[in-house]
Amino acid sequence: MDFSLSDESLMMRDMFRKFSKNEVEPLAAETDRTHEFPMGTFKKMADLGLTGLPIPEEWGGAGASYLDFAMFVEELAKCCASTAVIMSVHTGLGCMSTYLYGSQRVKEKYLRALATGEIVGAYALTEPNAGSDAASLKCKAEDKGDYFLVNGSKIFITNGIVATTYCTFVKSDPTQGSGRGITCLVIEKDTPGFTMSKPVAKMGMNGSPTVELYFEDVKVPKENVLGEINDGFKVAMGLLAGGRVTIAAQGLGIGEGALDYTVQYIKERQQFGKPLAANQGVQFMVADMAAALDAAQLLVYRAAWLKDNGLPHNKEASMAKKFATDTGMEVCTNCVQLMGGYGYCNEFPVERMMRDVKITQIYEGSNQIQRMIIGRETIGRF
Amino acid sequence: MKVLVCVKQTFDTEAKIELKDGKIADAGINLIINPYDEVAVEGAIQLKEKGIAKEIVIVAAGSDKAMDAIRTALAMGADRGILVQQDTAADEFARAVALAEAIKAENPNIILAGHVAADDGSSQVPTRVAEILGLPHVNVITAVEIAGDKATCTSEADGGTQVTEVSLPAVISSQVSWNEPRYPSMKGIMAAKKKPVATAAAAAAENKVKILEFSLPPAKAAGIKLEDEPEVCATKLAEWMKNTVKVEVK
Repeated sequence: MDFSLSDESLMMRDMFRKFSKNEVEPLAAETDRTHEFPMGTFKKMADLGLTGLPIPEEWGGAGASYLDFAMFVEELAKCCASTAVIMSVHTGLGCMSTYLYGSQRVKEKYLRALATGEIVGAYALTEPNAGSDAASLKCKAEDKGDYFLVNGSKIFITNGIVATTYCTFVKSDPTQGSGRGITCLVIEKDTPGFTMSKPVAKMGMNGSPTVELYFEDVKVPKENVLGEINDGFKVAMGLLAGGRVTIAAQGLGIGEGALDYTVQYIKERQQFGKPLAANQGVQFMVADMAAALDAAQLLVYRAAWLKDNGLPHNKEASMAKKFATDTGMEVCTNCVQLMGGYGYCNEFPVERMMRDVKITQIYEGSNQIQRMIIGRETIGRF
Repeated sequence: MKVLVCVKQTFDTEAKIELKDGKIADAGINLIINPYDEVAVEGAIQLKEKGIAKEIVIVAAGSDKAMDAIRTALAMGADRGILVQQDTAADEFARAVALAEAIKAENPNIILAGHVAADDGSSQVPTRVAEILGLPHVNVITAVEIAGDKATCTSEADGGTQVTEVSLPAVISSQVSWNEPRYPSMKGIMAAKKKPVATAAAAAAENKVKILEFSLPPAKAAGIKLEDEPEVCATKLAEWMKNTVKVEVK
């Protein structure tokens, strides 16, 4: 067993770290306050080739591994969780959907522009009445010969406000039961009949505006199908298994960022004539957090490694997602606790981190759904 | 025009320096390209982007670990590297001899380097290299213009700037304010592993410096805090300087 990273991965991690520290962290508080998508940062990432990390170079990507991509999301999340989810969704779902399931034509139409960061990608699965039960989605598409006519709505769409392509799941055959008769379509912004809401007010992740999408008689050409017609649920689940790895990396990164900040704080903050860090009760909290984050990192990297090596990783991705995001939440809560009143003030970053990290336990499959997947995979048929 | 840049692999500037058995403990320390040399690499790349430099060669002397500094420079945009394998205990003289030997074989038009290394901070190697090679040396430059076989360098000087015109080839060492080094792009990182790096044995040279002992700077004592009216504070401060710090007034 070898835990070391390749020379290239180490060089990438150094670059991700430096970039996040110098270009992303200084904007995090302001991004949270203004609720504005950090397009300037996105463009900088595009210039450095960071918008399509695991996509092959021939399609405008960097040809890096999924592990490299997970480390990038982790480093971003240490500094700004909003920027991390933007990249997780853009690359992990926006780019990966067209790369893995798009025809040559679809790839030529969208993939290069997505991977090079010329355009932003979004993913639209969830509906007001189809969240964890995504298979019961109602947004419908009628087959009109050379195009689909789409009607319905989607909710909680990350990158929705700035995206050009929306990887959208629609019910194309209403006669088929739940989870079947679903098709995945790439829908372009500005297609007539396609509109969206204003950003939804949320607890955190404010730099990543979330919108609802509305489709009224939207014509989508047949060539924009990803995967097979009426077999799109497989596409949704396949993509989410990869997406879970980077959301896990995000929960991990937010926790690491919070702990890094708090460790500095407890060494400086004096109470009862000594630094907070001199109290064994505080040291034990830090020790538990550090050990849990390390375990989470191993789970995340292992899941990414399995994916890179073409090995089954459904259960492992769910384990990483559940454990890393639960750990991130626990760590952020404890960091706020350790920083006391200051931790609760938005002048200090752990307040934002605690608000941001909560959603990582919910999106990309709630942690209860992850437990169902892990349970099913562990128990097997009976 | 061929530009050669000397780089050194140093401790991360945020690394905590500790002594173990009387030596600087380097286990688990993150190593980086010397930030001053990184500026020199960026300067070379900008010369290439302006069409002045055709080729950028990176030279480092040290252990295999120095390879990382070379690869970082290659990822930023340099063309090829040379690792001069040398004991890390080599002093500034021995290091300069080794670098000069490698530089001579390359016959570059411009030799760039950071003016100082972030670890030992001795600021000697570029000057020594120039001396050994019999080349002019311009130090702590913040800008450079190349025209024909002349370089016009702007450097910091006490209370102003100094402009030096120098004939090439020359050794030019950079101040950090020269430029803002770029991040290596993903394309650069992926290309770096395919770029050639040659290894060479270091020219023999005996150290001129013998290290007797390493010691950490003494811990800084806590300061004093005066909270009173300004005149009272000033008097108290003067007394403290006179009696406690024992500042001598001549």
